[in-house]
Amino acid sequence: MARRPDPDPETASQTAGPYVHIGCLPSVAGFHAVFDGDLGASPIIEGAKGDVITVEGKIFDGYGDPLLDGMIETWQADAKGLYAGQAGADPKVPGFGRRATDAETGAFSFRTIRPGAAKGQAPHIAFWIVARGINIGLLTRLYFPEDNHSDDPILSRIETAERAKTLIAAKIGDAAYRFDIRLQGDGETVFLDM
Amino acid sequence: MTGGGLLPRDRAVQPAALTPEYKTSVTRSPRSPLLTLDSTVTEETGPVFGHDIIGPLDNDLINNFTQGASLANGERVLIHGRLSDQNGRAVPGALIEIWQANAGGRYRHANDSYFAPLDPNFGGCGRTLTDDDGNYRFMTIRPGAYPWPNGPNAWRPMHVHFSLFGAAFGQRLITQMYFEGDPLIDLCPIVAAIPDQRQIDRLVAHLDMSQAQSMDHLAYRFDITLRGRNQTMFENRPEGM
Ligand SMILES: [Fe+3]
Repeated sequence: MARRPDPDPETASQTAGPYVHIGCLPSVAGFHAVFDGDLGASPIIEGAKGDVITVEGKIFDGYGDPLLDGMIETWQADAKGLYAGQAGADPKVPGFGRRATDAETGAFSFRTIRPGAAKGQAPHIAFWIVARGINIGLLTRLYFPEDNHSDDPILSRIETAERAKTLIAAKIGDAAYRFDIRLQGDGETVFLDM
Repeated sequence: MTGGGLLPRDRAVQPAALTPEYKTSVTRSPRSPLLTLDSTVTEETGPVFGHDIIGPLDNDLINNFTQGASLANGERVLIHGRLSDQNGRAVPGALIEIWQANAGGRYRHANDSYFAPLDPNFGGCGRTLTDDDGNYRFMTIRPGAYPWPNGPNAWRPMHVHFSLFGAAFGQRLITQMYFEGDPLIDLCPIVAAIPDQRQIDRLVAHLDMSQAQSMDHLAYRFDITLRGRNQTMFENRPEGM
């Protein structure tokens, strides 16, 4: 009988700390000489198919104060629900974005296209959040308020509507959404282990 | 044959969100349990970075801030290792980004007001892609330990921050590398957030004289393991069985 060897443990996470920008968003830290620019500056390239939208928000801590030193990464599908690297995906949708929360206001914002539905799931954008005080990156998702979520494997697993609501962005304009993330306390965002 | 699903993250080897000795975690830790589900295509795919984003000095922190005009101050070290997944497979073409304090323990960042001086020849960031065998290397200087406002006379051990991409967004990991023999490792509440001493030990890079260069630099080895994917039995059957 072939026996499956035990997998090695994953390397342990440590906080990104307050200076994550130096390594991940160097232009935010004032570095312009070392690299050609920040990675994830836009999830789309000009000419991407689909409806252009903007997303803005803040990340709040347990006191209700916005994080001024956090970093968000986003990962999303193209307008047909295909991810970069999958056959047939729109080459103008790299799909990866990175943003710092503003050092004074805590706000982040980005421009992208509205993703299509990946197989069996409602349209969504994955968010990964790191900051000082966060020992291991927090994974969550933004869903859109106008979609039907009844068959989505994640939203349908959340037991209370109140909790599920934390993953649904607010529509604040024709093609503009607001997605606030609460790390702790009232309205705490649902975080995912997937 | 490889199944697409990611192995569930073993939370027993990872720090909890709330570790009160590390004070900032108290207000930045979710209190509800994580929603645990099988990975989907969203977590099983991920961004791809090409060699076009990597410049020739990007993994040389001694030279990259001045683009080779002047050398950074400090003890010259090579940091190298192998990036693999939980099944022991090399992860080739993976983006690794690092950042660190200078030799005096000061970051080049607006929020760092420690009075150790900035080094005009040192920025503190680097990036590289792993080679076909999952190997990476950075030339840098040994970062200084530095004090931080977590409690009375709290000091961070010497460390380098590492950001890692595998092939899947669900493999995303940020961690810190420490240096063998640093007595501050055992005193650090960020390190102590990791519940298992064996996992702490894996973050401590070992002096590797086989890669040190005479009259030039020391070397440290730091191997990193990302989440793996579910495998079929076929894949693991030893040859001949
Ligand atoms: Fe640090």
